[in-house]
Amino acid sequence: MEGLRAYRLIGAMWIRSTMAYRASFAMTTFANFAVTALDFVAILLMFSRIDALGGWPLPEVAFLYGLSSVAFGLADLAIGSMERLGQRVRDGTLDTLLVRPAPVLAQVAADRFALRRLGRITQGSLVLGYALTAVDIHWTPLRLLLMPVAVLSGAAIFCAVFVAGAAFQFVAQDASEVQNAFTYGGATLLQYPPTVFGRELVRGVTFLLPLAFVTWIPAAYVLGRPIPLGLPSWVAFAPPLVAGACCALAGLAWRAGLRSYRSTGS
Amino acid sequence: MGSGRLYVAVAAGGFRRYATYRAATAAGVFTNTVFGLILVYTYLALWDEKPHLGGYDQAQAVTYVWLGQAIFAALAIGGSGVESELMERIRTGDIAIDLYRPADLQLWWMAADLGRTLFQLLGRGVIPFAFGALLFKVALPHDPATWAAFIVSLLLATVVSFGIRYLVALLTFWFMDGTGMTHMTMLAGFFCSGMMLPLNVFPGTLGDVVRDLPWSSLLQKPADLLLGAADPWGTFAFQGAWAVALLAAGRLVQSVATRRVVVQGG
Repeated sequence: MEGLRAYRLIGAMWIRSTMAYRASFAMTTFANFAVTALDFVAILLMFSRIDALGGWPLPEVAFLYGLSSVAFGLADLAIGSMERLGQRVRDGTLDTLLVRPAPVLAQVAADRFALRRLGRITQGSLVLGYALTAVDIHWTPLRLLLMPVAVLSGAAIFCAVFVAGAAFQFVAQDASEVQNAFTYGGATLLQYPPTVFGRELVRGVTFLLPLAFVTWIPAAYVLGRPIPLGLPSWVAFAPPLVAGACCALAGLAWRAGLRSYRSTGS
Repeated sequence: MGSGRLYVAVAAGGFRRYATYRAATAAGVFTNTVFGLILVYTYLALWDEKPHLGGYDQAQAVTYVWLGQAIFAALAIGGSGVESELMERIRTGDIAIDLYRPADLQLWWMAADLGRTLFQLLGRGVIPFAFGALLFKVALPHDPATWAAFIVSLLLATVVSFGIRYLVALLTFWFMDGTGMTHMTMLAGFFCSGMMLPLNVFPGTLGDVVRDLPWSSLLQKPADLLLGAADPWGTFAFQGAWAVALLAAGRLVQSVATRRVVVQGG
């Protein structure tokens, strides 16, 4: 609770500081929106030449894309700045955070809180909105319920990836780019249908690094498609459990990482 | 003669400087390999749907992906070459020291960037490319003349890439803050170089326009040469023309900028 309060205060401070330069804020938010929009333009260009990718038509791929972007965007907005932890370890500024009377995790997460990341969420929501109108989904109460559950659980799973990645940076300070493979790489992977990828890869992101629970599994249930890997359909409701387990593991990794921290002393 | 040695020394310094960060290099290799895997599966599905899309067969499309991952960092397609340091020096005023040196500003930075490119090509490019070539069916030329032409084309691509980024970096003399421009350059680099989707897949007028922009020199042109889909002399002429035009523009902007430079505080 104390952590949440610290997070809120630091976050609010960064918002105030961003708002001091409104033009720059507007530009970077637009850039954030445009970068992710181009992602989708690439998919649209693909579909200008084909009717279906891996058996999925454009509106259904857009559904995956929107779900993945919104979930990842929420995580990125909340704690995306954690990818800069290696920098703080290297230049020794992490020490400042350690002596403050607030949890380090909350401080690092709220550090440089960037409201411009709303750009990605906005873009993802627009695509998801398009998908919801373009796909003829047979809505049931369960399917309707699954939508917000999937988005929030997905965001929590990506948050866990960010925290675990930050914990890894205590050990390998310069190697911060590794986590891009899982964060940005994961978000990209989930934008495409599981049928596109090799069975081993799908297994890996289901059982090892459970990113499949962000989009592929809930989306298959909502769209009435077979669940990947022939899993039973109740698995579609597992995302909250998976997210909880991921966050717990990431929390342990964070503690281990923080305990192994040695200051550079500078 | 003496000044030639100077620029070789600067280039060697650029090479050594990037070679120092081994963990970062390993992290980059890992990330490029993961992104390569994701893209390869997507492209395979795309070419499965539409064989001979853009004149490539599946093996050529796969080769294209791994080539893109191999030269992504070296050609700084998404930015992050020496230009970020140059921007910082302009912003802080350290550029005054550079202007004081008995060396040409543009050549100095180009030499440093060439050194960086060479290191990142070897350090970050070779492993992902070899990984892709071993695991997937690729289309590589057998005749040494094509490889030689490809290497010339890569060298020209390096100069074009530097030309673009140098020009953008010089704009810091007017804008002071480079964040927005860095974002825009990254955007253009990703989209217009063919990193997101090969430019020969782009439909209609958009395709015609994007294939004539300087960014197509970075990935699309060398790739077409390597894949035997383009004539070497035409490619060299295209890349050479853009290289000369961009360097000349850089020189012009540089002379205007240095005439009006006011070094901030200190």
